[in-house]
Amino acid sequence: MGAQLRVYKRRIRSVTATKKITKAMEMIAASRVVKAQRKVAASTPYATELTRAVTAVGTGSNTKHPLTTQADTVTRSAVLLLTSDRGLAGAFNSNAIKQAEQLTERLEREGKEVVVYIVGRRGVAHYNFRERTIAESWSGFTDEPSYADAKKVAAPLIEAIETETADGGVDELHIVYTEFVSMMTQTAVGAQLLPLRLDEVADKTTAKDEILPLYDFEPSAEDVLDALLPRYVESRIYNALLQSAASKHAATRRAMKSATDNAGELINTLSRLANAARQAEITQEISEIVGGASALADATAGSDK
Amino acid sequence: MAAELHVALVAADREVWSGEATLVVARTTSGDIGVMPGHQPLLGVLESGPVTIRTSDGGTVVAAVHGGFISFADDKLSLLAEIAELSDEIDVQRAERELERAKAEGDASAERRADVRLRAASAR
Repeated sequence: MGAQLRVYKRRIRSVTATKKITKAMEMIAASRVVKAQRKVAASTPYATELTRAVTAVGTGSNTKHPLTTQADTVTRSAVLLLTSDRGLAGAFNSNAIKQAEQLTERLEREGKEVVVYIVGRRGVAHYNFRERTIAESWSGFTDEPSYADAKKVAAPLIEAIETETADGGVDELHIVYTEFVSMMTQTAVGAQLLPLRLDEVADKTTAKDEILPLYDFEPSAEDVLDALLPRYVESRIYNALLQSAASKHAATRRAMKSATDNAGELINTLSRLANAARQAEITQEISEIVGGASALADATAGSDK
Repeated sequence: MAAELHVALVAADREVWSGEATLVVARTTSGDIGVMPGHQPLLGVLESGPVTIRTSDGGTVVAAVHGGFISFADDKLSLLAEIAELSDEIDVQRAERELERAKAEGDASAERRADVRLRAASAR
């Protein structure tokens, strides 16, 4: 075998091995997307009911609560950024990070100090590399977040927002996550979580001109709101975590699919080159044999004379 | 009059039970409350405790609910809980073990959770 042909053969072998890996990763991601989507669907009833309840209290009573009232002057905002622990997901993480940076820039332009909270090793690595301070970070559950994880993330955020601004608390809470639109489309979005804009929440839930009944609050509207709002924040964060997870798997699936396709193409090209090299080698050998034979024939013909 | 209410018992990550019922008894922070069809719209904070649902076909569903809310309007009742388990889903032995462990460690909230589970399981 010629040296050229051997090089091609070796490259084909290594690309085939890579293709097998990316193909496997694609299939794993595809099955995980379905699972993650199912989790999103399973968490929806709780989220809808909770939103309804929050709207009911918010619109049905004149209760003032730190989580629903906009501070007169916002000096500090918290931004919660959801990324994944692992890469190989195309632009998934960079899109989320970019969105977070745009949001941070906008908030800073408005004269607010931004405190960053991050979920997922990728985001943490990005911020650490740039030597920016992270208030708190979590990782290890981004592939399959549970409600307990959401609670863990929400706790310090709720605490921060309940703390007075002068004591290092925050006035606003924004969340940046990747919305799962469909298998093919996932968009990074930044949304304000707190203070709650009740009219906005109400718009979403009562789009069908539903009139909310006058509720009787047990024990009192304040207490209900006190108990409801942290749960609402947790549920929103849980939903965002689940959507991010689903989006990450979808992005991985897409990235791995194009990697597999590219590997296939590369194998085709390399096989053609290898075939051409083999043919060239054979042609050369034939011409060498023919050339050698005719040279011999010429030589013997010459000696005969 | 429609003597039925539609009940949805929803945990944070799944819908635990839903169906028609005639009476729902749950424990709010200010005491036990029973809801029957036609009740005034209500929104309350739940204590962890067992919830009893009397279904319209005469059966009884008991669930252990740990914290959450009850909301009722238009004969539709939703029980929202972070954690909710139906009595027949509860692993009694595990709950007993938990109870002992919690007692030994003096973990009041874990003890309460295990206790609620056991009470819900014994009511089935």
